[in-house]
Amino acid sequence: MTEAQRYTASEILAILSARQLQDGQVVFAGIGTPLLAATLAQRTRCPALTILFEGGVVGAFVEPGKLPPSTNDQRCTKRANMVLGSADVLLLLQRGYVDVGFMGGAQIDQFGNLNSSFIGDPAKPKTRLPGTGGGNDISSLTNMIVAMKHEKRRFVEKVDFITSPGFIRGGTSRRDSGLPSGGMWRVITELAVFGFDDRTRRIKVLALNPGVSREEVQDNTGFRLDFDEMLHVTSPPTDHELETLRMLDPDRLFTA
Amino acid sequence: MPDTLVEPYTRLREKMAQRDRSLREKVVSLEEAAGFVQDGMKVGIGGSTMSRTPMAMLWELIRQHRKDLSISRCIVSTDGDLVFGSGIANHVVTSWFAQGILWGLSKVMRHHVENGGKRYEEWSHMAVGMRFRAGGMGVPFLPTRAMLGSDIVGQRPEAKQIDCPFTGEKLLLVPALNPDVALIHVQRCDPYGNAQIDGLQFMDIDLALAANSVILTTERIVSNDQIRRAPDQTKIPFFCVDAVVEVPYGSAPHECYGLYEPMMRHMEAYVAQVNADPVKGMQEYLDRYFYSPKSWNEYLSLIGMDEVLEATQKGRSIYND
Repeated sequence: MTEAQRYTASEILAILSARQLQDGQVVFAGIGTPLLAATLAQRTRCPALTILFEGGVVGAFVEPGKLPPSTNDQRCTKRANMVLGSADVLLLLQRGYVDVGFMGGAQIDQFGNLNSSFIGDPAKPKTRLPGTGGGNDISSLTNMIVAMKHEKRRFVEKVDFITSPGFIRGGTSRRDSGLPSGGMWRVITELAVFGFDDRTRRIKVLALNPGVSREEVQDNTGFRLDFDEMLHVTSPPTDHELETLRMLDPDRLFTA
Repeated sequence: MPDTLVEPYTRLREKMAQRDRSLREKVVSLEEAAGFVQDGMKVGIGGSTMSRTPMAMLWELIRQHRKDLSISRCIVSTDGDLVFGSGIANHVVTSWFAQGILWGLSKVMRHHVENGGKRYEEWSHMAVGMRFRAGGMGVPFLPTRAMLGSDIVGQRPEAKQIDCPFTGEKLLLVPALNPDVALIHVQRCDPYGNAQIDGLQFMDIDLALAANSVILTTERIVSNDQIRRAPDQTKIPFFCVDAVVEVPYGSAPHECYGLYEPMMRHMEAYVAQVNADPVKGMQEYLDRYFYSPKSWNEYLSLIGMDEVLEATQKGRSIYND
């Protein structure tokens, strides 16, 4: 079996995302890959990871095979430490209790801004997307990991609309806008792992996923990419990671 | 911008002074409770996404053909589709609007917002919460640090950016939201409206305090003695509440914590039908499930015994070890 056949694109997305988390952190996770990846981290390397959901859950411990269909469903609360109101769990971000926010993305740009509101001109949109949910709150108030599909139309130079702010126009523009804390930290796709330049705040490739070339990443991106001086290749998913992931999501709700 | 964006404090207090806040029984039928909701009102909806949606109350309002409602809820699911698709609302204030993450974009929302002249007013999730909380606190706004720097704030002239008078930092002030009426579904309450909520409470306490009237639908009406045995479980006090309606499975096909999970086969069939044709598919859905049934029980029968029981088994399992 070749390396690429061992796992699907959404599986490597979940596994590489889980690797970004550290034991003991407090992570605010969105639905889909973030919830799954945070749970995978908790069941592998990070038993002391505290997972928050916007429905009001503190210290989630999601049951294998019973993944919730949203972060506002009763399944999110099973064996959790606490249930709060949803405004109050979001306020934990504002007070600074949360180390990292973790969400998916529909469209991202070179400064890590995310759009989940409008495709086209917002005044006469081609497509009205679902909107921010807690995404704007999370990305405004903490350090972000974004897990998303890598397509040219999703990786654009400038998003049509900033729903969830990254580094806005780069440089100090995020801080100047009234957001002194947090910002984009990592973007994970099925092709690569990205970080952001400390000064320009522009996205750059930190690592290529196994079997993926520089050209493949560039060809699927709508703007010119920088590659880190220390560019390396990520180690492939282990059997243990894959087995744990498939045990958590046997119905492939989030890993189709 | 309407001059009533933030309701003047004296008017809020006058309305409060006129409410009968005495300890009195207020159990009514679904049909009677709908009378508290008049055309053009601002209606706050409890629960979130597919959880504790006051579906039976919305079902009744749709059957009675209310119109021009302005709906607010922290996150909407198929309830957002239904209020636009049925024509009872032309404005939805929320942070996220689709059927559920499993199903992608809502074609119903897209149809009505992109072509149909209906408004989806987007705020961040926390901003919706701060708007209800300010309403519940009796203050005209609350400051937040979210939404700054985004394009959402550019679309919301209702929010005001200021320099903090204490620190000089940039802050965003979000206006209080005091709905004319709130619709909230709970697991149990007494005939006075003392309401106990199990599990996720979302923004329901702030919403109940903010609204100028509250209609509770409840899975069970229990005695006041039962409420008094566990007063720490009471989340909404009786004097916020104007009507109580007992409606078993009142959130179906959405979930009610500890009692039933979402009825996913029904949800999937609904999504397939309305996303295939957001006008005709929706009309057929409303005809079959909303307009034709003679009662809420008949609506549940149409969803089907198998589906209801399966959702019940899963819902109760939250209490299994």
